[in-house]
Parts: sequence; C-alpha cells; structure tokens
Amino acid sequence: MSVDIDTVRRIAKLARIRVEDAQAESLVGELNNILAWVEQLGELDTEGVAPMTSVVEQKLHLRADAVTDGGYPEDIVANAPQSAHGFFVVPKVVE
Amino acid sequence: MSLIEGETGSWEMVIGLEVHAQVISESKLFSGASTRFGAAPNSQVSLVDAAMPGMLPVLNRACVAQAIRTGLGLKAQINLTSVFERKNYFYPDLPQGYQISQYEKPIVGNGTLTIDLPDGSTKDVGIERLHLEQDAGKSLHDQDPLHTYVDLNRSGVALMEIVSKPEMGSAEEAGAYVRKLRSLLRYLGTCDGNMEEGSLRCDVNLSLRRPGGPLGTRTETKNVNSIRFVQQAIEAEARRQLEILESGGTVVQETRLFDPKRGETRPMRSKEEAHDYRYFPDPDLLPLELEPAWVEELGAGLPELPDDKKARFLADYGLSTYDASVLVAEQENAAFYEALVKGGKKRDPKLAANWTITNYFGALNASGETLETAPVDADKLGGLLDLLADDTISGRQAKEVFEAMWESGKDALTIVEEKGLKQVSDAGELGAAVDKVIADNPAQVEKYRENPNVIGWFVGQVMKATQGKANPGMVNKLLKDKLG
Amino acid sequence: MTPTDLTLAGARDALAKKQLSARELTEAHVAAVEAARPLNAFILETPEQALEMAAASDARIAKGEAGPLEGIPLAIKDLYCTRGVATTAGSRILEGFRPTYESTVTSQLWRDGAVLLGKANLDEFAMGSSNMTSAFGPVENPWKRKGDNRKLVPGGSSGGSAAAVAARCALGATGTDTGGSIRQPASFTGIVGLKPTYGRCSRWGVVAFASSLDHPGPFARTVRDSAILLRSMAGYDPKDSTSVDVPVPDYEAALTGDLRGLRIGVPKEYRLDSVPEAIDRVWQQGIEWLKQAGCEIVELSLPHTRYALPAYYVIAPAEASSNLARYDGVRYGLRQAGDQALTEMYEATRGAGFGEEVKRRIMIGTYVLSAGYYDAYYNKARKVRTLIANDFRAAWEKVDAILTPTAPSAAFAIGEKMDDPVAMYLMDVFTVTANLAGLPAISLPGGLSTDGLPLGLQLIGRAFDEETVLRVAGVLEEAAGFQAEPDFVAGR
Repeated sequence: MSVDIDTVRRIAKLARIRVEDAQAESLVGELNNILAWVEQLGELDTEGVAPMTSVVEQKLHLRADAVTDGGYPEDIVANAPQSAHGFFVVPKVVE
Repeated sequence: MSLIEGETGSWEMVIGLEVHAQVISESKLFSGASTRFGAAPNSQVSLVDAAMPGMLPVLNRACVAQAIRTGLGLKAQINLTSVFERKNYFYPDLPQGYQISQYEKPIVGNGTLTIDLPDGSTKDVGIERLHLEQDAGKSLHDQDPLHTYVDLNRSGVALMEIVSKPEMGSAEEAGAYVRKLRSLLRYLGTCDGNMEEGSLRCDVNLSLRRPGGPLGTRTETKNVNSIRFVQQAIEAEARRQLEILESGGTVVQETRLFDPKRGETRPMRSKEEAHDYRYFPDPDLLPLELEPAWVEELGAGLPELPDDKKARFLADYGLSTYDASVLVAEQENAAFYEALVKGGKKRDPKLAANWTITNYFGALNASGETLETAPVDADKLGGLLDLLADDTISGRQAKEVFEAMWESGKDALTIVEEKGLKQVSDAGELGAAVDKVIADNPAQVEKYRENPNVIGWFVGQVMKATQGKANPGMVNKLLKDKLG
Repeated sequence: MTPTDLTLAGARDALAKKQLSARELTEAHVAAVEAARPLNAFILETPEQALEMAAASDARIAKGEAGPLEGIPLAIKDLYCTRGVATTAGSRILEGFRPTYESTVTSQLWRDGAVLLGKANLDEFAMGSSNMTSAFGPVENPWKRKGDNRKLVPGGSSGGSAAAVAARCALGATGTDTGGSIRQPASFTGIVGLKPTYGRCSRWGVVAFASSLDHPGPFARTVRDSAILLRSMAGYDPKDSTSVDVPVPDYEAALTGDLRGLRIGVPKEYRLDSVPEAIDRVWQQGIEWLKQAGCEIVELSLPHTRYALPAYYVIAPAEASSNLARYDGVRYGLRQAGDQALTEMYEATRGAGFGEEVKRRIMIGTYVLSAGYYDAYYNKARKVRTLIANDFRAAWEKVDAILTPTAPSAAFAIGEKMDDPVAMYLMDVFTVTANLAGLPAISLPGGLSTDGLPLGLQLIGRAFDEETVLRVAGVLEEAAGFQAEPDFVAGR
C-alpha cells in the first residue's frame, strides 16, 4: 500500500490540517517511507491472536452517579480565543 | 405494509429508525457534571466535558444500569463485554474532536419491540442494537450574524442510541414504534421521553423498493423531534424518492434534515463531505465487563412493562385491545385506571375504562390538567361510577355531575344532593305518576293498543312530570305493566 | 559542597537536620536554572513561585510537618498541566494556555512538599527522541564528546527534564515515557530515568500523546532519588480509568542491595550488529556485576522484539491523531483565520499550530485508522502488541528482571539524524517494548562511550514490581560507580 498526493490531501482534510503544496509533495515520500517500514508487520502470522485492548489486567472502574463537578463556567471559557456571554464563539456554522 | 401506487407501479417503503434517548441520570456519562436541563451556558461543564488537555473519562455506573434495564425491557441480548470507541470528526460542539460511543461491541444486541397499531393489531419490530454514547454540546446559530455560539452543558450527557431493524413499512408504523418505545422508556424510568426538550430524537432511514424486490438506496433524515414530524418526514421523503425513482433517477445516499415549516426534507450541508469516522477503541477506557449477577438483579427490579400490563388488562378486565393499549401507554394512566377499578366494591371494568378514556382523559386534555393536578381523582370518579351503578343517577345525569365535579372538585354524592339530581326509582312514587299520565290521556292509550311504539311518548310524559328524575328503565317497566 | 551537588536524598536529610533551609536550597537551584539558560532546558522558569513554595516548606519544617519531598526543587516536564502556570506541551498550538487545574502527579508532588522550579522543555507533544521538535527550540545536552565542541541533543522527548537534572539545575524532574522518552534521555545525559508500570502513575492532567503508551515517571541522579520521587508520584487515581488500585510500597526500602538468587534475563534480540561496540561492552559489564552480586544470568528470547517499533509507529500515531483533535482553536490555545469559515479556521489553526513531526504523526495516525486500512495497520499492530506482551509473560516464568542497553547510541549532535524520520524512530528500539507491554523499566548510567558520553543500562521488570527493578538498579549503580560529570554543570 502506498499513498499518493491525493491521499495526502484527503488525510490532511480529515485531520483538518492545512498542508501547502510543497509540503504535500514531501509528505508523500515521508509517509510512504514510514508505511513501507511499518509493513514488515505483515511478515508476522497473527491468525487467532486477540488485539490488545488493555495493557494492564484490570476491570473498568465505574463511578457512582453523583454531581461532583461543573459549576465553574468562568474557568471553562477562561482560555477561549473568543467567547461572549459565557459561550464559546466560533465562525458561523451552516447546517 | 401499505403500498404506494406510482405511475410505473407500486412501491414499498422500508423504514428503520435510530432513536437517541437521553439517559435519566444525575451526572454525565463520563464526568461528574450535572445533566439538568436549562442552566446558564457552560455552567454544567467539567474540565472533562470541555476536553481540556489531559482530561480523562470515567464511566458512570448508573448510565450503564439504565442501558441494561432498557435492553432487558426490549427483551434484548445483554452483551457482558462491550467496548467504548472513539468516533472521530470535527465540530465546534464536539470538544474532544471525537464522540465516545460504542461501535463494534455495543452493550445491547438483538431485541424486539411490539408496536400497537390503530386497528388494535400488533407487530414485532426487530431491535438491532442499543449502545451508550456521549451527547454533543449545543450550537446556537441565531445569536450573531457572523458567529456560532457554543454551550457545552449537554456535552457528555449519556444517550442511548436504539437502532431498529428496517422492518417498518409506513409512517403509521414508524409513529407507533416511537410511541411504544417512548412508553417503554418511561415505564423503565430510563428516559423521560420529552421530545420537545430533545430527550428523544429520531433519525429516519428510508428507502423505496418494488414489493419484495431488492432494497433501494436509503437516506437518513436527522433529528426529527416529534412523532408527528417523524410521520410527516417519512411521507415527504417517500414522496421525494418516489418522484426521483418514477422519473428514472437514482436516490443519493445522504443525510437530510426535515423542515417542518415547509413539510419537506433537504440535504444537510454540514454533512456533505464523505465521512470517515476512524472508529477505534478508546484507549482511555478499558472494555466494559458486566457481572451476570448485576444484570440479573437489574432484571428482577424491572416494573411490569406495557405489553405485560396490556395482556393482564385484557385477561383480568375483559377490555378491548384498543382500550387496553390506550390505558397502558402511560404507567400513571394505567395506575389511575387500576385504582379506579379496584377502588369500589364491584366496579365494572369496561364501564370504568370507558369513563377513563372518554370522559376523564377528555377532560384532562381539554383543561390541560395532569393526573396530579386534576380536580377529580380516581376515588372521586369511582364515587360517580358507583352512583351510576346503583341507579342513583342516569348516564345522562352522570355526565352532568362529572362536569360539575371537574369545576368544583366536590365529590359526586355532594353534587347529586346539591342539585337534587337523584333519580326517582321508588315504585310507589313513579306508579302514581304513571297512573296519572295514563288516566289523563285515553286517546294515546288507544293509539298504544295499535302501535306499542307509542310507549315512548308515555315515557316522555312521565319524565316531564318528574322533572327528568325518574329512572327511565323503571318507568318503561311500569308503563308496560299498566298499559297491559 | 554547594546545595546543587546534593542528591535528592542528601538534600532531604540536610533539610531534616536543619543544616540547610528550603529557601537556601531553592535559591541555589533558581540560580542554577538561570545559569543553565544556554541549555534551553526550561520553557518557563517560575522562580517567584519556587521561593514562595520554599518559604512554605520552611514553615512546615519548623512546625515538624515536613512531607517526604519537603523543600525539594523539581523541574516539571511541560506536558504536565500546572494550575495558573502556562503549559505548552512544547507546541505553538497551546499558545497562551493556562490550566485552571493541576495534574494528579504534580499535585501529589506539591502535597509532599516539592518546589516547582519551572516547566521543562520537551519535544512537541512528546513526539521525538532528540528534543529537536520543540516549538521552543532544541535543548542542549550538558555533555559533550571528548575533544569535540559540537552541541549534542539530550535525547527526547523529556530532553529538558533530563538536561536540567544532569546539569544540576534540579534535584529531580518529571518526565513522560511513551516509547522511551524518559529512559533514552536519561541514558543520553548520564542520569537515572524510571518508567513505572502502566497504571502506576495517573495520567490525569498530563497532556496526552498516546493514551495506552503514555507513562509519567521521574528523573533523578540516583536510583534512591528515583525511588523517593516515584513514591510521591505513584498511586491510584479514580479520575484515570486506566489507573490501577494497588498499594504504593516504600520504594526506598526496597533498596536492600541483596540480589542473591535473583534470575536476570539477557534477551538475544537486543544484540544488534548496528550498535556501537561500547554499548555491548557496557551491557556485558552489567551482566558481570550482577553475576558477582549473586544473580543467575539467563539467556532469553523475546522473539517479537523487532516488530515492536513498527507496531508502535502505528498505535502511537493512531491514538495521537485522535488525542490531538481537541486542539482546534475553539476552547483554548492558538486560533488562526478566526474571521474565516469554520473549516478554514480549523485547518489554518492546526496547520500553523503543529510542527512538522506532529503533523507527520497525525497524518500517519489518521491514515492507519481510515476506512479500509484499519485492519491492515491498526488491528494488526494491536495483535503484534499482544505477541510482545506474551513474549514478556513467558520470560517471567524464567527470570525476575531483564537487563538490556537503553539506547542504540550515545547522544548525537544537534542536526544529526534529522532527514530520515525512521532513523530517528530507531532510537527507541530497546525501550519501546516496555511501553507496549506496560512494564516498569529503568535506565541508569552504566559507563561511557569511546568519546566519553554516558551510556545507559536498562532493567525491565514484572508489572507493578518496580521494587525489584529499583533493587537491581541500586546494585548496578553501586557497582558501576559512575562518577563522570557533564561538560556543563550549572554554577561551575
């Protein structure tokens, strides 16, 4: 499997990263290089091997249903690049 | 299954519904922030809900229990191992850049919902799965011409996504499905079913095909938030697809929005781009493993559910399926009915059902009252039914008394006495009135001999003479005896 | 002896005996941090906060309420969120971000009396093995090659933390280790770096790179100091679902020096032809020291070792691509093109805010998770991860700890190995297996390269058996008697 420039653009779009043309060109090579190296995993027979879900052997801890958090709206928007009346503000979204 | 007759032949609708039901819980699925509706912007948001750097999710046990209870209510398979995955996409009200949801391994698998159709019949609709996921925040587009405002209070609230199999064939069935699902969730106490506040939202998957033919391309109409709109959206989308197909076009698989004002669906612009959600197990969480004993315990604690209650009402009270379906739709209504039937010595279940559905629910609807606020409770309505049963008042009088009860909140007996409405059933008193009418009208007596229907005229005269208080059945009987 | 030459344990004891005040200790370190500015080890120095905290420590010491780390000045990797103190993750994208919260690990350090000297430089989002990817410029290794004045890298990603401790600016530091980011810089700078078991130290409040591989852990100049720091950093945290609820032992007490009867594994797959001879020599020396200490040496095979790095370079970017989606210019940090349409804002913000290596990894991660490639890459890598964990599981039947070199090279010059990402990735070849298996591992200086640079030895132990790892490391440390000092020592 190898990536071409269209794939790089598609991936950049999915990842919401602006990639200039020259950058896209060099990413094609870099990504192919990395992927080619990763491809050696294909040598291994993993038939019947379960993919690892958790590196530590333990059960998922569940918390009790109680309101223990929230109530600090100033903190929530304190770092926002733009906010108004307690809301985050972003460029207009069209649905 | 209702067919649509097009110019090129008939078509069949294939409908599947995805319902997002907000889980009843105090706090969010993965954070300790409150789920209460209608608070000031961003005031019910934890650092986790706002996806601050380094924040981690911790699963709410009660939300898991609610999903299990709902699964059991849908007679569904409970998966003892399920996995939370990340659904990756960018949107301003999705702070993490992914929604934690369940994908390959949902907590609940195959189940069934039995829907009640208006003709009294039922139909089993398959449930494909139920999974837990986070709700997104709220984007307000109308506060500012150039900007969208984002409030994260809803962000992270637990939702159950309940996915039906594509087994409905009409808007009517889809409506019945949502109604029944809502009823079940409310019985279980897992979702309040409030569609106006968005606690229950539907996505409609719809395609058309030739009867028995291969499935057509479907569209998904998102966020339809009332049963009426579900039905309207289905009609509108089916019409649109029909036009395309009949003119030889092809339906595009896409996400659409229903516009209730125009009564039509339109493509959703923000969803135009092909999605690739890149699901993968959330590495911040481990697989969710359920103890079978916990599932059993939750099962043992379920209330009597609508279908069981309906079956019992049919068997114990001999009701019609229609009456039984109406009465069990809401747990409180069913409880009201049972309180009414069981409240008195021997109340007639059918009469009680009739009065509950027609008069009592009618009055609730007309007045806007609820069971809690209504001026007449089951006890008082029972008092009225008892007066009707022992012939103290007539059916016509009962309606009059009920209206007065609703106005004043007084009990039936008080009103009957105040208004002097008591029906006269005393044989001596009525006998005298009957004798007088017969004696005063010899010509009519002659007519009666030729035409027994004239008895109606005599009844009218006796009622008039007693200011309408005479027991009509008894008057009839006395007249027949005396006229020979 | 100046206060900055003390070990953490030594400073602790001097404070307890009132031979030194916390204020004096902190002042000396604040001055050292300033003197070491040419190394660029800190993104942010917090001298005022440090002195305030030291004053509070002195007050507690006076009242007899000293905590286990009372008055100890530390550098904190700038991946740990610190309340009211700018946190950057080494990235432009977090520009201006001041957390309103404190990470669990650092709050435990402050609880125990430690003092914050500043936020240490790092590879951007901890992605790198040289500290060259930081948006705040590279960190310089205090060590230099004999007779060569070129600036060397301190390793990465926790390069600032390692350089600060090696240059005697801090008695200890926090790091994070996702593929070797604590142990490799420890090896490059001649200090001790410990990556605990996954789940031992909470990840809450630590900016995530790859959630299933990220391990917070300590840096210090001695094994004992590492043990002391770990005890404060470790512990179950109900806010981290992957944190494990097991008791935290007194790690210092585990340093008994007695290794008799312990079985130490030496895995043949860690013997690579491409590795400089000196690394093999130091490893061989380590084996001899352990034999002399009464250990049984067992030749081992960990057959899937060579697949660990490729698996890592699927899993880590995949998780990172998702973890870094939250940096979108909406709630904190950088926003670009805020007056344009939403998608333009996102793309401009992330395009400008992330550096080249981070973008590269997000791209790889997005690709391997995308439709059609998930099974071939991501699921395959997770299966290989299972095989690697199984290799270790089998090894624990035969041995109690495993000894390997830490890194395949000594520190290299700034600018070297930059053109080929894969060559840089290979820096983690010996360390990454312990991340994939979640096992505790330590690096300690074992000797010097031919050109006089420190070379680390790595010990890997059973899950939650940091005690054995520390105990063996303590004996090796003693045997190695590593006394060499870096070229640059603050204040000298």
